[in-house]
Amino acid sequence: MVRAVAWLELVDVSVALGKRDVVHGASASVCPGDLVVVVGPNGAGKTTLLRALAGLVPTRTGMARIMGRDAARTPRRVIARELAYLPQQYDLAFPFAVEEVVLLGRYAQQRGLGLASAADLAAASAAMAACDVAELAARRFDELSGGEARRVIVAQALCQGARCLLLDEPTAGLDPRHARALFQVVRDQCDAGAAAVVVTHDLDLALRYGGTMWLVAAGRLAARGAPADVLGAAATREAFGLPIHVGALPSGAKFAVPL
Amino acid sequence: MTGFLSGSQGRLTGRRLVAVLGICLVACAAVALLAPLVGVSTGRGGRALELLGPGAFAEADPAHPILWVRIPRVLASLLVGAALAGAGCALQALLRNPLAEPFTLGISSGSSLAAVVAIRLGAEGAFGGAGVNAAALLGATATLLLIWQLARVGRQLPPATLILAGVTLSMFCSACTVLIQQLTDFAEVSKMLRWMMGGLDSMRLSTVEYAAPPTLAGLAVLLAYGRELNALAAGAEAAASVGVAVARTQTVIFVVASLLVGSAIAVAGPIGFIGLVVPHALRALLGPDHRLLLPASMLGGALVLAVCDTLARTVMAPAQLPTGAVTAVLGVPFFVVILLGHKRRAAMWGR
Repeated sequence: MVRAVAWLELVDVSVALGKRDVVHGASASVCPGDLVVVVGPNGAGKTTLLRALAGLVPTRTGMARIMGRDAARTPRRVIARELAYLPQQYDLAFPFAVEEVVLLGRYAQQRGLGLASAADLAAASAAMAACDVAELAARRFDELSGGEARRVIVAQALCQGARCLLLDEPTAGLDPRHARALFQVVRDQCDAGAAAVVVTHDLDLALRYGGTMWLVAAGRLAARGAPADVLGAAATREAFGLPIHVGALPSGAKFAVPL
Repeated sequence: MTGFLSGSQGRLTGRRLVAVLGICLVACAAVALLAPLVGVSTGRGGRALELLGPGAFAEADPAHPILWVRIPRVLASLLVGAALAGAGCALQALLRNPLAEPFTLGISSGSSLAAVVAIRLGAEGAFGGAGVNAAALLGATATLLLIWQLARVGRQLPPATLILAGVTLSMFCSACTVLIQQLTDFAEVSKMLRWMMGGLDSMRLSTVEYAAPPTLAGLAVLLAYGRELNALAAGAEAAASVGVAVARTQTVIFVVASLLVGSAIAVAGPIGFIGLVVPHALRALLGPDHRLLLPASMLGGALVLAVCDTLARTVMAPAQLPTGAVTAVLGVPFFVVILLGHKRRAAMWGR
């Protein structure tokens, strides 16, 4: 049996913000084709864990590996060709158009002046179509609604053409149709061989689309496994302070309801 | 199709880049060639605008010497204008603030303090203007290093600490400058005040020859970072996640922009507003893409300062206004326009 090579790894990683450890001794790996959903209460360290996976925070102990290389020792440009990270907040200081924002994702692929090549434009329009923001292309980014802006940033991450997608609450502020469409896009990418780690509070979609679920509570990876199992576990009830009921509709569609 | 003045032009194409920069280059060249020809004759009939003909470029022409007094001045104004506007544009991107000025970082105050000390110590008597210029450059460099050390967090230069360090140093240097002026006699204080108002009079060609290569080199370095400055608009983490080497970019931009400002001050004293007004206005016209905005700001700054300098030496001839005073006067209506624009947007969008 051939064991899949892990694309992303955390090896006993602790991350400190100030004097406090926000993530303690986390070890995990993500293989091609995985769609990992990360859930947990606010302030549990989900974002920090994701940033550690992306190599964006220095680790106090342990190491983050991206495609087998130590993230702290790899140039950002090399990382960006393999890994796209979607931050929780995106604050643009100047009035760029939507199309320009999406094209920023092509930075790692471009050289010199970086005027958009045919390949760049194709990647951008595919990404914008997937996120349903194609008709917003000429609008000013700072004039969009919260949900529209979020979809544009997801399009930027997709436009990077990277094999690993780390998305921090991509569906925050999105209406149900767009939220589901987004998870479908990520699912399609993973089916085609990409790996994704998605932090989300949307338990239904996590249940429906996630392949593996990680529960993060108080800076530790408290549980991992199939989403239905993790959501029903005692650790989850303890972490959220509420039991979560996992059920299925007659049509087969699964749902998760906090009780 | 978004409006011309709405600041959103869609993505930058090669065609638009060449077209816009072509226009800027032609306008700049026109000003560069015409400015030395503009003068004011003060005769019994009062002041009159006097335009030398292009024949004055010939050596045999009697007007030739006058032209050759003006040419270094025009060249210096082009160089200084480009340096200030280019550095201003880069710093607005680095600080993620479209209202940042090259002087926000305190380079101007440190430079002025060094110049004032040099004048107090008699450098002008010993070395002429060159002594004060050299002192100003040293002051700018020292201030730059100090701010870098104060503001850096790890290897990065976050905007917030840069601004705080700059303001702190600015206040300290201004206080020292005032103190020194209190302890100096009146004649020297007038020299100091005159220097601090910024001006290009009695510019020597040798100064321009010294200043041109490093200034042009610095501008070229900034131009190479256009895409990185675009990516930095969303902050350090967003830029890192698309692949920018953030710490290195911030450091290079900060050092090069500060040195450009320092050498501009060394050549012409502190001339304000160009570094803020030109990039800010051009951003509204041309959009925020730095691959176009940076070179356009440099050319625009050169043009505007050459025009301001020409006004400075003609408007109240035979008296020479300090160029810094002319740019300040330009700044006021500009800020009124920005304010009105902001009020209109705030009324529409509620913020």
